[in-house]
Amino acid sequence: MATIAVDGKDYETDEEGYLTDLSQWNEEVGKFLAQQENVDLTDQHWEVINFLREYYNEFQIAPAVRVLTKAIGKKLGAEKGNSQYLYELFPYGPAKQACKIAGLPKPTGCV
Amino acid sequence: MLHIINKSPLEKNSLDTCLAVAQDGGIILLIEDAVYAATSGNAAAAKLSAAQGRLKICVLGPDLEARGMADRLLEGVTRIDYGGFVDLAAEHKCQSWL
Amino acid sequence: MAGTIKKFMFVNRKAPYGTVYALESLEVVLISAAFDQDVSLAFLDDGVYQLKKGQQTKGIETKNFSPTYRALDGYDIEKLYVEQEAMEARGLTEEDLLVDVTVLSRREMGALMEEQDVVLSF
Repeated sequence: MATIAVDGKDYETDEEGYLTDLSQWNEEVGKFLAQQENVDLTDQHWEVINFLREYYNEFQIAPAVRVLTKAIGKKLGAEKGNSQYLYELFPYGPAKQACKIAGLPKPTGCV
Repeated sequence: MLHIINKSPLEKNSLDTCLAVAQDGGIILLIEDAVYAATSGNAAAAKLSAAQGRLKICVLGPDLEARGMADRLLEGVTRIDYGGFVDLAAEHKCQSWL
Repeated sequence: MAGTIKKFMFVNRKAPYGTVYALESLEVVLISAAFDQDVSLAFLDDGVYQLKKGQQTKGIETKNFSPTYRALDGYDIEKLYVEQEAMEARGLTEEDLLVDVTVLSRREMGALMEEQDVVLSF
């Protein structure tokens, strides 16, 4: 277990930096986690982050990349529903890196 | 005597043996997968209903809710919470049909 | 990934929460989706309880993984079969389930199992 401190409050993470309790997540925590990942958050990033949080709320899992790509395409349009777009936003993998920033656990099947 | 069962009646014979062994006036507490026995439509429900006159039947509410069966509880079965579980265990001798 | 597509069936026979089988199976199913195989899920005996609507696990402080069955469609896992006799013995109908399923008799289930290349048992 590790902790990160945001605005004077401690948040527990696992050894890879994923938030342990996703209900503790807020935008400030998201910004902090993004900074650690060297990602400058734009509206396009938030779109994906919010999508991931909605997906998790509905299905209780973080989606695999392929599933995320398809679902984003359906919701936000084909120009965003492709892995090139998502990897530009999150170079270390949309599922892995975006999930971490969104406070979600690591997607199942992700090593 | 308090008899605790935690196995599904359609998978293990714990409920059958318990019902055969339990003396009149005893209490049966269904927890975990055993709560299915006290839901309407379950093939084991009739056995439980038949025993209701001589035994008191209880289920652990949180286990019933977890399984999505809260609206199917058999009539006459008492729903208890963790506090009630502790009280029963403290007041009676206890046999767990593991 | 090149190679032939094989038929995989996950056979689920346990109720959720009482044991870890249901959750473990679901996780392997999700992982298997990455390999683009022909995946079927079969729910027999108490396994049909995994798909019951209305699960609320706050009281037992366990993760409610039942919503995840509704994500399977997005993973292109669309072949879900439930055993008719198991449903009847538990007073369940298709309306009680979280997802669309095909109801098969035990005999039909057996035939389908026979068609598989790989059967994974939970």
